[in-house]
Amino acid sequence: MKCVTCRGPAIIDLRRHNANFCAEHFLEQCRRQVTKAIDEFHMIEPGERALVAVSGGKDSLAVWDLLVGLGYDVDGFYIGLGIGEYSDTSATYARAFAEERGLQLLEVDLPTSHGYDIPTGSRAARRAPCSACGLSKRHLFDAVALEGGYDVLVTGHNLDDEAAVLFGNTLHWHTEYLGRQLPVLPARDGFPRKVKPLVRLTERETAAYCVVRGIDYLVDECPMAAGNRHLGYKHALNEIERTSPGAKHSFYFGFLARAAARFADQAEDDRAGLHPCASCGAPTTSEVCAFCRLVERAGGAPPTEGTGAVPVVLGPRRVGVQS
Amino acid sequence: MKVLLRNPRREVDIDGPITIVNLLARLDLNRESVLVIRRGELVAGDATLADDDEVEIRPVISGGSS
Repeated sequence: MKCVTCRGPAIIDLRRHNANFCAEHFLEQCRRQVTKAIDEFHMIEPGERALVAVSGGKDSLAVWDLLVGLGYDVDGFYIGLGIGEYSDTSATYARAFAEERGLQLLEVDLPTSHGYDIPTGSRAARRAPCSACGLSKRHLFDAVALEGGYDVLVTGHNLDDEAAVLFGNTLHWHTEYLGRQLPVLPARDGFPRKVKPLVRLTERETAAYCVVRGIDYLVDECPMAAGNRHLGYKHALNEIERTSPGAKHSFYFGFLARAAARFADQAEDDRAGLHPCASCGAPTTSEVCAFCRLVERAGGAPPTEGTGAVPVVLGPRRVGVQS
Repeated sequence: MKVLLRNPRREVDIDGPITIVNLLARLDLNRESVLVIRRGELVAGDATLADDDEVEIRPVISGGSS
């Protein structure tokens, strides 16, 4: 196989692009796709401060590396979820990445700052582990981004993530979710702007990006996510992709171009009546938000002041293209 | 050759030489869901692995339903 750009030996084939790439031109391809996503959906403007949600996995470290390389001003935010050895290990990858590159990483450790962990919260609130985890993360991502004065919150959602969520929401016709499954959610009603710069890259491509860039990441799957529906949808979509390269891209980007706007009203209805949570002030449609209810049921308590986020790796903010 | 698989972590022996495409087919793995890594570098789909190679087949699918 030869690289489509330089005709040198290729290291990866991307069948959906009908192209093979050497290491140098594969990295160039990834940067081009991220730049295209940022520009097309107006994700981040020059000079804005971004906060990237970091898990220690391939996607969050790849998007942090890509954005820094493209010259954006980006700090990281890691949440210790208290999932035993898995959380301990994921923290070491996030910290090592920041430390080696002189980047700033903020951290909240849920058991320390809020008095509960995901296994406990999941049982107490009678939620699936991924549901309790997602609720906790979304709340803290928003709160820490606003508290830190960041202009935009970045997540590492990739094309496979978006296609799988779309697949699930379509299977069950969750129209209120379909209307807001967009690469950018504008800031409003106490929420920061949220962007997904990896929507044009598959997770095979983000994993390959990390290998080529020498980024160490946590390969092992979260023990609490094993067997969940979302992973099942991804496997199903990859079976379709195997025989029909480009199917995931067509599914998600076709939805954005031709269908998403049709569900905008339902998404808007779902957000009607948002007001500040009586306990923490975050936007909610109830008196007390779902996060505060989860914390209470799990026997925890929020910090007396703020989110409890602390910087653990203090690095100079770097702006400029990496070599 | 020695082949390292993940989730769960295990090692299997496969006779070489064998192409990546045939190796993945033999292990019933979807090329869209894995990377093949030899000595820290990606190996292209048409490459042939030798009998004394050691490779990692790394899954790329991850994530909860948040």
